[in-house]
Amino acid sequence: MAAADVPVYHGPFGKREAERLLWRAGFGPKPGEAKDVARKGLKRAVDDLLHPPRARLIGPAPTADGGEPLAPRDAWGHDHLWWLDRMVRSNQQLVERMTLVWHDWFATSNAGVGSQKWMLTQNKLFRKHALGNFESLLIGVTRDPAMLIWLNGRDNTKWAPNENYARELMEIFTLGAGNGYTEEDVREQARSLTGWRNDWVDGEGDVNFRYDSSRHDNGVKVVFGKSGNFGWEDACRLCIHHSPHLTYFVRRLWSYFIPTPPPATTESALKTLYKRSGYDIAPVVGAILKHPRLYTGPAMLKPPVVQVAGMLRARRRPVDTGAWAWISEIDGQRLFYPPNVAGWTEERWLDTSTFRGRWIAANYASRKYALDPGASSGKFPLDAKDLLSRALDFWGNPAMRTDTRTALLGFANSALSDADQNWKKAQYPVLVLNALRMLVAVSPDYQTC
Amino acid sequence: MSCACNEFSRSSLLRRSVAEAGRGLPVVEAGMPLPAGSGLSRRTFLARTAGLALSVYGASKLPLGLFEEGIARAAAPTDPILVSIFLDGGADSLSMLYPAGDAQYAGLRPTLALAPEAGLPFAEDTALHWHPSLAPLAELHGEGKVSVLPAVGYTNADQSHFTSRHYWEVGATDAHLRTGWLGRYLDVAGTADNPLQGLALSDSLQPSLASANVPIAAVSQVDDYDFWAQNVWGEPEVRMLDAIGSFTSSDAGRGQVAEVAAQVARLRAQLQPFDDGNWGSPVPYPASSDPFPARLAGLAAMIAAGLPLRCVTVSAPGMYDTHADQATDFGSALALTADSLEAFQRDLEARGLADRVIVHVWSEFGRRGEENGSHGTDHGAAGIGFLIGSQVKGQMLGEFPGLASGLDDEGNLKATFDFRSLYCSLLEQWFGTDAEAIIPNAASLDHPAILK
Repeated sequence: MAAADVPVYHGPFGKREAERLLWRAGFGPKPGEAKDVARKGLKRAVDDLLHPPRARLIGPAPTADGGEPLAPRDAWGHDHLWWLDRMVRSNQQLVERMTLVWHDWFATSNAGVGSQKWMLTQNKLFRKHALGNFESLLIGVTRDPAMLIWLNGRDNTKWAPNENYARELMEIFTLGAGNGYTEEDVREQARSLTGWRNDWVDGEGDVNFRYDSSRHDNGVKVVFGKSGNFGWEDACRLCIHHSPHLTYFVRRLWSYFIPTPPPATTESALKTLYKRSGYDIAPVVGAILKHPRLYTGPAMLKPPVVQVAGMLRARRRPVDTGAWAWISEIDGQRLFYPPNVAGWTEERWLDTSTFRGRWIAANYASRKYALDPGASSGKFPLDAKDLLSRALDFWGNPAMRTDTRTALLGFANSALSDADQNWKKAQYPVLVLNALRMLVAVSPDYQTC
Repeated sequence: MSCACNEFSRSSLLRRSVAEAGRGLPVVEAGMPLPAGSGLSRRTFLARTAGLALSVYGASKLPLGLFEEGIARAAAPTDPILVSIFLDGGADSLSMLYPAGDAQYAGLRPTLALAPEAGLPFAEDTALHWHPSLAPLAELHGEGKVSVLPAVGYTNADQSHFTSRHYWEVGATDAHLRTGWLGRYLDVAGTADNPLQGLALSDSLQPSLASANVPIAAVSQVDDYDFWAQNVWGEPEVRMLDAIGSFTSSDAGRGQVAEVAAQVARLRAQLQPFDDGNWGSPVPYPASSDPFPARLAGLAAMIAAGLPLRCVTVSAPGMYDTHADQATDFGSALALTADSLEAFQRDLEARGLADRVIVHVWSEFGRRGEENGSHGTDHGAAGIGFLIGSQVKGQMLGEFPGLASGLDDEGNLKATFDFRSLYCSLLEQWFGTDAEAIIPNAASLDHPAILK
């Protein structure tokens, strides 16, 4: 099947569709951006995402509380703030979003690495290969210091093989659990991967990561029925060239953008596209972003950090508080600390606990703009519709379905009806408008895209 | 009390990782044990009947409904409860219960020795005096509610924070044991559907609770479920909080949000009694920015509410790795700890619950007899511990070995009581379970009487 056979969306591409694209392929629109992208049409919109201008961070530099610059390698939480800032300000939104995809795909947690420096080095690697070649990315990841610490690649020697990386290489990174490999393959791949080491220097920590051939097992290994004196790069290539990889790659990549699985014909066409390109990432991402399912299928819950970055973009607000780091621990997505090697579990983004984290995030995003009921007394009408349209405008007019509008208006009407005294008539509209901003932010429509 | 050693910081980092990391935990230095509980999966639950946002460990396949039913069913308002209070960093026992007037003490501690008149004498051994900040414990001791372990530890003490704490947590001098001693008790006595049986009052799991089979939980504060919005108050706020539950959607993705939002609104209403401290305490607790007193106050309220708790862990305020300028913050952290513990005891007494609870205070080791050149103390061996509660015997467990003959070759206090003996006694006499099933080589250890 030819690559052109991946279906392409030909329906209307208006503000709502552009908004969905900007949330799924980036971190949401800045004010007016959805309209601009809609004018481009789908093809050019996706092409621009795939081929962005030279990387630039637009807007004021990030600060933590007190206005000091960030220290992402050293200060607690500043790693999170540093990346959140890039999500908010980068003019390469898809590159940044794919960096997040790879962080989840090759989930490495600083809880195990213990070095923000090495986590940031890994982050740079993900960004460099964000829309590049998967084989190059995998080879880079395999020798990445944070990964060598996290999955014990540096402890894997010919005398004492450590299977941790070999297993996850196949189970999580390239093939899927039990999909086309055996326990024997795990053991053999571990042998192929032997040889990495590093030094510990007091005061510096883990340094000098290197391949040491004296630690490498030079014997013959048998992997997927092929035999040879495989090395660590062979171990990576064997996985990628193993046919179950195509399905795993396509399905998993798809799942980051579209919540329902791809139709069989689409999956097959994407596999062909991926293989023919020599395992390039960009063509597959481009095809997914133009697929009809993205625009006609159900809404998708925004990952917590995407939601936060998007609120800041909607307000054109820089990262100006360290609060985002601790809030991320409540809303369920602390960058550089995925829960385990399998990454974040999308089905568990939302529960009553993380919902509260999203509420707190919405409050922190909007509180400095909250209207003062004294100062604004009497300045807003006792009119639910008027107040709702102001609250929507606050967030850049995100699309709202009728059922959500009905719920929001129901709140506003009942709250305004409580205003039985003159001071309440003057002040309740202000309180209701502040409340509506919060309710819009946590509404099903604004939490999904 | 600045200047925690590097190893201590790394150790703390690893401890945090227990709660979060799955496979691939770090190897910081060869030979260092991984924290107990490594590899337990975490899942966040909301226990509506219990009213808590819980991080639950080791219950990945436990459905929410079953969990809630389990909590309801497991409630046994007569079960004994053990509260484990950890002094992080290796607390200086020679300041907490100090050999007042001993010339050798003054010589070893030229800047840190406390004057004899500074603290109250310890009634069971008047050569020792209580640190002035521990006056509340002295008072409870006078009422027969405190058993002191003046030199508790183990032979050949490991001076790594990490390793020694690990030993205390797993209840054995075994670097490879991965379950906590309380966790193993819960594996025997607990149930598969009650995470509250092992509760860490913190943001993450405490390794001594790490179990092999049954779920356990972590919650920061009992009243940590408010939905605050800037400049929204009064009637509109009440309407807003209700409105969180008013969203509906038939669309799959949006419907999920609407459904959770509805749960949130219900839960928030159910938790109102605990919100903003409205649950109240019959006695005053110290006011502090540190969560410790509020956590203990919340714990007493949870016990009073009949929640099915068995083992609870809390970290005491302060950081006890006092390598430098020990006198600066040591006393205030200790005072907040002791004042809070006394308030907790009085709270339980006022609620008629004091017979159900024993508090165990411990630290991973004591500190060197001789102070160092930075007005601090380095890592030692035996340290101090306390059992607090209406049911405890109120008599010393082990004795103070004295400085003349009680220091080892490195100048550290020798243990006169093995922490594993204490665990055996707690398991058998307090929990009524067979210690041999939980503590390795329990038969070879003394099991002294610890209850009245």
